[in-house]
Amino acid sequence: MSIYTKTIAQLAQGLKDKEFSSVEITQHYLERIKKSDLNAFITVTDQLAMKQAQTADGKIAAGTSNILTGIPYAHKDIFCTKGVKTSAGSKMLDNFISPYDATVSHQLNQADTVMLGKVNMDEFAMGSSNESSFYGAVKNPWDTNKIPGGSSGGSAAAVAGGLSCFATGTDTGGSIRQPASLCGITGLKPTYGRVSRYGMIAYASSLDQAGPMTKTAQDAAIVLNAMAGFDEKDSTSAEQYVPDYMANLNDSIKGLTIGLPKEFFSEGLDDDVASQVMNAIKEFETMGAVVKEISLPNSAYAIPTYYIVAPCECSSNLSRLDGVRYGYRCENPKDLEDLYSRSRSEGFGSEVKRRIMIGAYALSAGYYNAYYLKAQKTRHLISEDFKKAFHDVDVIMGPVSPTTAFDLGSVKDSVSMYLADIYTLSANLAGLPAMSIPAGFSNKLPVGLQLIGNYWSESKLLNIAHQFQLQTDWHQQMPQED
Amino acid sequence: MSLSEQEVTQIAYLARLSLSETELKDNTKDLNAILGLAEQLGAIETDGIKPMAHPLHMTQRLRADVVTEEDHSELFQSIAPKIGNKHYLVPTVIE
Repeated sequence: MSIYTKTIAQLAQGLKDKEFSSVEITQHYLERIKKSDLNAFITVTDQLAMKQAQTADGKIAAGTSNILTGIPYAHKDIFCTKGVKTSAGSKMLDNFISPYDATVSHQLNQADTVMLGKVNMDEFAMGSSNESSFYGAVKNPWDTNKIPGGSSGGSAAAVAGGLSCFATGTDTGGSIRQPASLCGITGLKPTYGRVSRYGMIAYASSLDQAGPMTKTAQDAAIVLNAMAGFDEKDSTSAEQYVPDYMANLNDSIKGLTIGLPKEFFSEGLDDDVASQVMNAIKEFETMGAVVKEISLPNSAYAIPTYYIVAPCECSSNLSRLDGVRYGYRCENPKDLEDLYSRSRSEGFGSEVKRRIMIGAYALSAGYYNAYYLKAQKTRHLISEDFKKAFHDVDVIMGPVSPTTAFDLGSVKDSVSMYLADIYTLSANLAGLPAMSIPAGFSNKLPVGLQLIGNYWSESKLLNIAHQFQLQTDWHQQMPQED
Repeated sequence: MSLSEQEVTQIAYLARLSLSETELKDNTKDLNAILGLAEQLGAIETDGIKPMAHPLHMTQRLRADVVTEEDHSELFQSIAPKIGNKHYLVPTVIE
């Protein structure tokens, strides 16, 4: 069994048993990254990785290691990393060497992990296909003519393509779950506020949440243990007890009540994707779970709600990028206005500009009530739907994406791209934790199953996902290599 | 309702973006399509519903009123496009 096929748990065991060293596994991954043509990485930090691997080997030898010591990972290029370029997939930050570490970067350093590099993403996390990156699209390891999903497309492709043992991702409207689904890996978006947003370049502050992208639910629990927790540097971080996410993985799920929202299985969902999802649900039934149809009546409004709320927040967040203090500045500005507007126009790509303008319009005098306030009210209704549903069920399940990965370059207009986010947006609007786990294949492309839990129920979601992965082998499939 | 190219130019100005002629045409089309999507919200009854700004209904945390920030100005300015005398430099605003 080759190193790149191993999970965190397996690599940690191998390191402990001296089967291989962290330096060896790091070299193995760096060689695979060098040979890869997936365009998953923006920056490969090979020297730093080798240094971290040597330090990790020292700790393993000294007996002061933890489960993540010496495990290589790919870091989404949205997390600030001190002394390393942090681009957010944008020309605007192509020259930005972060002067500080994001809390997540710091936590993973503290856990003695090895950072292989910074991975590709849609520009400022705005996109569902990774095609809006300044650094070019990422290819799906299962079929290199297909998108990997987005915005954490580089993260998903790196894990699925065996270029990294695990990756970090961020999810504002599905950006962990959708690429995880399209690339056949496990992705977890925790409850809003569970993982610190400090140093995570903001897109939509009331929706953004970071989480792990891994091969298995067990690995996701290991990484979440390192990432979760209160951070006083993030004013939206929740002061909430952090359990050991490994502790309940083996609990029985007999009697678990699964809610299937009828709105998630209606028009627009590909038939084969629907049948793969239903097969997975049947598997849960044979494991002793009870299935119940539920309704989330306002879920159709998640798309217009999200595509007002998120652009409003983005237009505000991205106003800091003005060519004055860091990032891209245009050549020879003739005055201050010209400096602002040309730096921004030349530095941002088209999808980012579009969302900034939608936000600027929806927040402007005379339109605020009709758009932003209205969207905040529908957001409330969407979140109430979930509250009601969780009176009757333990977990909600359904598809992640209406189709499998589509062809690169095939979706040309924004609205069509937005419509594909239908099943993922509402968990962000409500702030709920949600996962994607591998659940089958359609035309040789992976299909993900979405699990949405109540607030702070990450342990439960990981337990449910782990139990499923004990009974199935979808998560063990990897793309064939030449 | 639908946005004109003139209105889109004004929105771009508010966002401190300048659009080429092609960009203006494309964005007018795209922005109208996106706002068309947003019009769907008109169908939903929201009288008396409280707007939700934050998923956890949290209030802003307060901290003790003491200085905790260290001075990192040199480090932060090391990545600035243009500085002088510890200031960020921009084109002259007032002669």
